Amino acid sequence: MASIPGDLKYTKTHEWVRLDGGVATVGITDFAQSELSDIVYVEVTTKDKTVKREEAIGTIEAVKAVSDLYAPVSGLVIEGNESLKDAPATVNQDPYGAGWIAKIRVSDPKEMAGLLDAAAYAEVVEKSAHH
Amino acid sequence: MLKQTPFHDRHVAAGGRMVDFAGYDLPVQFHGIIPEHIRVRTTVGVFDVSHMGRIEVRGRDGLAFVNRMTTNDARKLAPNQAQYSVLCYPDGGIVDDLVVYRLPDHYLLVVNGANNAKDTAWLKEHLKADVRMENVTDGVAQLAVQGPKSEPTLQKVSSIDLSAIGFYWAAEAEVAGVRMLVSRTGYTGEDGFELYFPAGQSARVWDAVFEAGREFEIEPIGLGARDTLRMEMKMALYGNDIDQTTNPIEAGLGWVVALGKPEGFVGSDVLRRVEADKPKRRLVCLEMKDRSIARPHYRILGSGGEVGHVTSGTMSPSLGKGIALGYVAREFARAGTEVNVDVRGKAAPAVVVKPPFYKHGSRK
Repeated sequence: MASIPGDLKYTKTHEWVRLDGGVATVGITDFAQSELSDIVYVEVTTKDKTVKREEAIGTIEAVKAVSDLYAPVSGLVIEGNESLKDAPATVNQDPYGAGWIAKIRVSDPKEMAGLLDAAAYAEVVEKSAHH
Repeated sequence: MLKQTPFHDRHVAAGGRMVDFAGYDLPVQFHGIIPEHIRVRTTVGVFDVSHMGRIEVRGRDGLAFVNRMTTNDARKLAPNQAQYSVLCYPDGGIVDDLVVYRLPDHYLLVVNGANNAKDTAWLKEHLKADVRMENVTDGVAQLAVQGPKSEPTLQKVSSIDLSAIGFYWAAEAEVAGVRMLVSRTGYTGEDGFELYFPAGQSARVWDAVFEAGREFEIEPIGLGARDTLRMEMKMALYGNDIDQTTNPIEAGLGWVVALGKPEGFVGSDVLRRVEADKPKRRLVCLEMKDRSIARPHYRILGSGGEVGHVTSGTMSPSLGKGIALGYVAREFARAGTEVNVDVRGKAAPAVVVKPPFYKHGSRK
């Protein structure tokens, strides 16, 4: 079973968000990393740019496919996880910890209320797993 | 409704992530494409390829029929020999690629699973007087045991000396006590065998092969690694690199197109012209120069704009860099030619290289 920590917020597109002092740390969920498998390259393409919620902010290349990373909230992308350049598989190994991907200075904290909680996201996973 | 191969319960028990492939519920991976790929390159792995189509051809005119329908020269096959070949439409487009076996009393055609029904119908349309065709896919299991340790693995449970089977040759043998066809063939660039046996014996053969390979850390391998392994060898995949809109000459399969066959074959008139005029485009190998990864349908750009498109692409687990196959205009096909690939709006530099990408395969 994919791990879904109770203290995070989620998107239908399988990102997770941790808000801390106006900065949202963003990554992909355990379910997403497991579906992608073998992640070989991660790039945040929007560093220092202001992005809107649901806009693509980066790409994740796995051996078999590429997928976009979407901004769960609007704001300024202030950081990409540099350590993933040499160790992209960290996203597979520790998706909620060292495998975080980007940090966004949130422009509208109210958007956080529109994200999924762990229980709601678990339902999304349930549906995706039995497509 | 997805079909299951005779090894379905073994895949599920081994933790396979099952997907729909060619109408079958098959494992795309077990514990990861990269480790499975490395397993085959270093020791031995087992692929369930029972989804492939198996068609037997018998009758006095069997050889003439096979030779008329396929591009390679089937007359050259000795008993128990195999050859890679292509089925073409009259316009030179590819119906499918396949392996043709000449067995003591019949021919066996092994075709892509996704094309099995189409190929069977196509062949039936062209049946001649004394030719009988039977699709035996459902009754026969097919396993590919691939990697440098495939021979020492299978030797332990085989009744014959496997070292006597040459590359693209086959023999009748008992493996795990089951009478079967064993051929030295595969889709990985490594030494390896394919086993054809009655589907009812599947569990027995699977378990014996895994027991025999235990000292080499034998593992089941999913479709994901099957794809990366074949790509590193520039082996074409139907639906990606070849299809009805491509011909075997431009796809680099001229080596299995016997234009000199006296009675010709379906597609030979067109292909003779393509060969004489030189194809306008060619399937080439591209190595990415940065960390970008090209994917199917991405545009390939030359100095003046679009010169082709990618048909297969991945990160090569053996080389640690992006590799791709794609068609480019003939002027851009020479090794060393620099191009760009439009990777989601970014021009990623790439260079045309000689096949295969991976040059250390153990294939005999």
